[in-house]
Amino acid sequence: MNEFSSKIFYWRKAKSTLMTSLSLLSVIVAVVPLFLIFFYTLLQGVSAINIDFFVQMPKPVGETGGGMANALVGTGILLGLGSIIGLPISIMAGIYLAENENAAFAKIVRFLTDVLSGIPSIVVGVVAYMLVVIPMKQFSAIAGGVALGILMIPTATRTTEEMIKLVPNVFREGALALGIPRWKATLRIILPTALKGITTGVLLAIARAAGETAPLIFTALGNRFWSTDIAHPMASLTVFIFDYAKAPFDDWNRQAWGAAFVLIVLIFIVNISFRFITRDRYAGKHN
Amino acid sequence: MKSEKSRRSVVNIGDRIFRSTTWFFAFVVFALVFLMAYEMLKGSQLSIEKFGFKFLTGTTWDPVADNYGALPFIFGTVVSSLLALLLALPLSVGVAIFLAELAPRWIERPMSFMVELLAAIPSIVYGLWGVFVLVPWLRTSVEPKLLAISDTFPLFKGAPYGFGMLAAGIILAIMILPIISSISRDVLSAIPDTQREAALALGATRWEATKIILSDGRSGILGATLLGLGRAVGETMAVTMVIGNRPEISASLLDPGYSMASVIANEFAEATTALYTSSLIEIALILFCVTIVLNAAARLIVWSVTKKFKTA
Repeated sequence: MNEFSSKIFYWRKAKSTLMTSLSLLSVIVAVVPLFLIFFYTLLQGVSAINIDFFVQMPKPVGETGGGMANALVGTGILLGLGSIIGLPISIMAGIYLAENENAAFAKIVRFLTDVLSGIPSIVVGVVAYMLVVIPMKQFSAIAGGVALGILMIPTATRTTEEMIKLVPNVFREGALALGIPRWKATLRIILPTALKGITTGVLLAIARAAGETAPLIFTALGNRFWSTDIAHPMASLTVFIFDYAKAPFDDWNRQAWGAAFVLIVLIFIVNISFRFITRDRYAGKHN
Repeated sequence: MKSEKSRRSVVNIGDRIFRSTTWFFAFVVFALVFLMAYEMLKGSQLSIEKFGFKFLTGTTWDPVADNYGALPFIFGTVVSSLLALLLALPLSVGVAIFLAELAPRWIERPMSFMVELLAAIPSIVYGLWGVFVLVPWLRTSVEPKLLAISDTFPLFKGAPYGFGMLAAGIILAIMILPIISSISRDVLSAIPDTQREAALALGATRWEATKIILSDGRSGILGATLLGLGRAVGETMAVTMVIGNRPEISASLLDPGYSMASVIANEFAEATTALYTSSLIEIALILFCVTIVLNAAARLIVWSVTKKFKTA
């Protein structure tokens, strides 16, 4: 190697090392704030959490303490309503997509679910307002449930489809060879086999909906009092965080962190268990 | 596999019912998108008729005089989203390169999962962090310095509020980073190893080989970027909490602004007149159209790219 080409070689080497380090640096720069957010929330949240937080009602302005029992129950009811509205559609549509994989209509629907998942949740809130709040002439938990139900559809549909597709084909072939009609094979053999995956996929959709705030602000609105009446405004964890974060009281801000902590823990549990269950599935398929 | 004809001849009545039932629900999903468009068109009719295209260029937003122009919000959404993209894109590509090309598997797997997990944190939590950590930090540490360095530079002028376009851009950048980097990583991983091996065998350095991979995957990265942009445009809570919520157009990134999603979040429940509500619905309609176009384009690009490499 003459001197000139070895110079170029070292220059190329140096450049490669530089760019590799830049890539590593960007990982550090990018991931650090994400972890800061996560651990800051955990830290702030843990100190705000106690028994009162879960079982007490919000205290009137000026008093410290109290909890968010109504918001916890409210979020539960809203998610229940959303599930009733969104999940049957999603699971059936997911079955259709998995069973008619290459049909033109399936391709269109698959594409639309992807597009639907990108539509801002606030827009879905506006639609729920138009569909429910205006005819009922008042804010209600039902409207919030409709918004959350629509928001669940993309995730729930696509994970249902994926989970059904993961069931090995021999299951279906075996059933059909025994003379069982297709629909029965799907309902009695394929679905039970895929049930674990579908359940966690559905939970993933519900967890995502649990974190939604924007579509609830002007549908379920929020409520400082105990209410389980779905025709009236209802409290929710996320709107609770929004209101309490804006409030000029330290104790309220502290409780907002507590609620954020509860939310994150819920969402992480669901996501991590989804990860483990689907990983088993993938492993099973390759063997 | 039975042929189409013989399958049809033995079709079971139960099969037919089951198939049409599932088809019906798939159709519900299909129809939902159009129902949404229809509802918003109907709701915004009043405002469309009254203002026409002037709605997009009008700069006054005056509920008292019942006169509405959406330009300050469009401006705020565009500026905060582009700022977010500017900050997040180089970092995301760096992260994607690291995960797809450089990291050993035992780092790559858990790290990718963590990045995806962070995408699952609700936006209200990012907003909460923005209000109590990011904004005070900007106000006391960053913005005074920016003002001191460049007191004539138009991008950094005014007072260090903390709340403003800069805060919104940063929080959006943090939020879209997981999306752009995880999709870019998928695209880069889909590129066959033969490409890398060929480059390395010809004597290319790591970076030179990576450059080839990047040029193969550039349309996929574009798709990922569009998806991130779509998310930034529609992001509501975190932005609402930090952008300052003032419907003004200012060249300075330190000044408070307003975004399309934020104005809906803040004012929809309190809109008093029919025209007011209708104007807000029109803003939602614009958001809907923009995000549909962005997402459709992005999905098509990402699909075609990963398909190309999978069949290759």
